[in-house]
Amino acid sequence: MIEFVRNVRLWFVPAEVREDGETPDYRFSLANERTFLAWLRTALALIGGGFAVDQFLPDLRWAWRVGLALALLGAGVLCSLRAVNHWVRCERAMRRGEDLPVSRFPALLSLVVAVVAVAMVLVVLVGWEG
Amino acid sequence: MNASPAVRRQDPDRDPGLQPERTRLAWRRTTLSGTVVAVLAVKTVLHGGASAAGVTAGALCCVLWLGFLSVAHRRIRTLAATPSPVAFAPRHAAAAVLCTVAMAVCGAALVL
Repeated sequence: MIEFVRNVRLWFVPAEVREDGETPDYRFSLANERTFLAWLRTALALIGGGFAVDQFLPDLRWAWRVGLALALLGAGVLCSLRAVNHWVRCERAMRRGEDLPVSRFPALLSLVVAVVAVAMVLVVLVGWEG
Repeated sequence: MNASPAVRRQDPDRDPGLQPERTRLAWRRTTLSGTVVAVLAVKTVLHGGASAAGVTAGALCCVLWLGFLSVAHRRIRTLAATPSPVAFAPRHAAAAVLCTVAMAVCGAALVL
């Protein structure tokens, strides 16, 4: 958590990132940027999914609908914050010549998506009967 | 590897891996995803009977989309300016993420 706060400071103080180590090959930085953008798209897709659940499942009970929508929106927020955090960490590791940071987040996100998918199947089945 | 040397050496400034172009297209795709979210937000507002709070949240989403667009546009211009562009600035990354997070917050306000 302290590490995260330290990274948050780096988002807004780019000079500190630039002072660290040496500038890597620009292609590595661009690859890191594209990975960041891919995660941002994942976040935007989750947020869009939240809107879609709210808009396109009007027959769902209010609690289920709002709960799912908020869960997806929350996942989108987490995903985008993690995207910028991971980008800063990778950028710094590349400048220092260290190994790139590993992360549990992809596995965590896949589990959450799987759980939401199963929940949707249950909701559709229950909605069908009720 | 099989490309003839004459073709490969045509423009020494051009990155054979087309990294700047790929990054530019990644920005385009991401902007497009943001557009989908903004359109869905506007649809939610129109569907919800256009209350004052709803219209505000929807308008805010559109403003945030414009903010994201300007970050993307600036970055694309930087990428196009030089053959080996400078790294993305953390401040701009934070701005892009801030727009995304704020859109999600507007979404939560609209859904509730």
